[in-house]
Amino acid sequence: MANEFVKAKTKEVRKSTIQKAVIIALAYVGVIALVSSGVLGYQYSSVLISVAVNIIAAVSLNLVTGFLGELSLGHAGFMAIGAYTGALITLHLNLPAPVEIFLGLAGAGIMAAIFGLIIGIPVLRLHGDYLAIVTLAFGQIIASILNYVKSITGGAAGLNNIEEYTTSDHYLLVLTLVVLSVLIMSNIINSRYGRAITAVRDNYIAAEATGICIRNYKIFAFVVGAFFAGIAGFIFAHNVGVIKPSKFDFNMSINILVFVVLGGMGSIKGSIIAAVVLTVLPEALRGLSDYRMLMYAVILIVVMLFNNSKLRKRLVEESGLKKLFTKKKGEA
Amino acid sequence: MALLEVKNLGISFGGLRAVDDFNIRIEEGQLYGLIGPNGAGKTTIFNLLTGVYKPTDGSILLDGKNIVGKSIHKISHEGIARTFQNIRLFGKMTVLENVKVGLHSQYKYSLFAGIFQYPAIKKEAQMTERAMEILEVFGLAEDAELLASNLPYGQQRKLEIARALATNPKLLLLDEPAAGMNPNETKELMDTIRLVREKFHVTVLLIEHDMKLVSGICEELTVLNFGTVLTQGKPEDVLNDPKVITAYLGE
Repeated sequence: MANEFVKAKTKEVRKSTIQKAVIIALAYVGVIALVSSGVLGYQYSSVLISVAVNIIAAVSLNLVTGFLGELSLGHAGFMAIGAYTGALITLHLNLPAPVEIFLGLAGAGIMAAIFGLIIGIPVLRLHGDYLAIVTLAFGQIIASILNYVKSITGGAAGLNNIEEYTTSDHYLLVLTLVVLSVLIMSNIINSRYGRAITAVRDNYIAAEATGICIRNYKIFAFVVGAFFAGIAGFIFAHNVGVIKPSKFDFNMSINILVFVVLGGMGSIKGSIIAAVVLTVLPEALRGLSDYRMLMYAVILIVVMLFNNSKLRKRLVEESGLKKLFTKKKGEA
Repeated sequence: MALLEVKNLGISFGGLRAVDDFNIRIEEGQLYGLIGPNGAGKTTIFNLLTGVYKPTDGSILLDGKNIVGKSIHKISHEGIARTFQNIRLFGKMTVLENVKVGLHSQYKYSLFAGIFQYPAIKKEAQMTERAMEILEVFGLAEDAELLASNLPYGQQRKLEIARALATNPKLLLLDEPAAGMNPNETKELMDTIRLVREKFHVTVLLIEHDMKLVSGICEELTVLNFGTVLTQGKPEDVLNDPKVITAYLGE
């Protein structure tokens, strides 16, 4: 019995690996087709990069908020650190583009991860709403530091003329970064490390008594989350070419949190879908001009209500869409 | 040498002396019972043994090694596992995953192995196999893919024991394993505890109010009252001791 089960389980893992490969291949084919056929036009090809930034940001926040279960309201702070570090590296180095991009990405991720480690320390003492306030303050502190250190960051005016390494012309590079980031994070979640993190979320007293050092795993989740937020920040900076502290404000953190909550806490797939839909939506609503953000808000409310409604449950059960909606067991 | 030797253990919370001069000696392979009226300090002793509280005085020797002052997860690595009075499972994880968390410290692979999946997949398969073996002992193998919170109450208690055993402990602490169970379930549980001791070569210390269970399986008892040891010895002697009867029923 045990043996058969293990075999079935290994088969399942193999199947999901193939599934992943297919999805990635489809993503490449789809994006290449969309861009090269010109369907997207100028407006939507620039949205493409925002979608990429938001996917990485949302999945990395999900690691902290969905899987570790700690509400973080300062994710934009980590993105800001990644954006500034990356931009400063590519601005000051005079190396071939691929080398600069590589160093910039590494620097952005690592610097953000270091700040993740620093913010990880209060995390050990605080939970829930208290921690949320601390992370909120952290985001504000980052913004004020960036404003204050004028000689390096250019103060409120920010940094200009950042090399445009990750614009829609370089969509393949950006797509690859998204695929790699999401793959790495989802593999971490499905490993013993991810299991330990979710165990801490579900019951930290039991997790500790079962031999898991909760201190290390909490910090670990924050560091990994921050690292990829830094990567997202790098892409953001090298897409728009101009960064200012005011871009990485509280609003941005909340937007990312909305992706995570709407897509479902602890669901990587959900975060990706929510990030795509909610980034494209405001563009699609542009025709409504003044009522655009109102419509956006109304749609958010309706989706949240629907997500928790009996109607959705019934629809899922009756239409045989159960597979599509129920979370994959490994992800739960 | 005894597996667990506790000497003069005591803890004060402010002015309250919750446990005072507590001594116990448990031999390897023993099934030991810790009983006493509500508020006697039984769970406090479990919390002291597992490092949740740091004792104000005294020593706890596991296999001759003092474990006082070690952190909770380190004590788990040393070989003490426990269950909780109010069940604490990882509710949003499957039954299988719950046990695999218990195996966490024994089956290791690096973060990079996890990211590239390659050697990790093999280790995970080994973990699944071991976890299924443990679940089979408890008759939970069929439910491996269910969410832990969806199990019936009695099964949840069993899963907690299974998870504790997955950490490969020398000493298993059970905090009121029969709480909320009907007589049939309690009887089943007694068989399970005996089976567990044989299959996993583990020493068991349990807190229980169900006297049928206590007298049925425990080989030695310690009775606790107001944080101090009232009496120690064989169940039939202890349970007929007038001091014990007074402590439970009053004068």
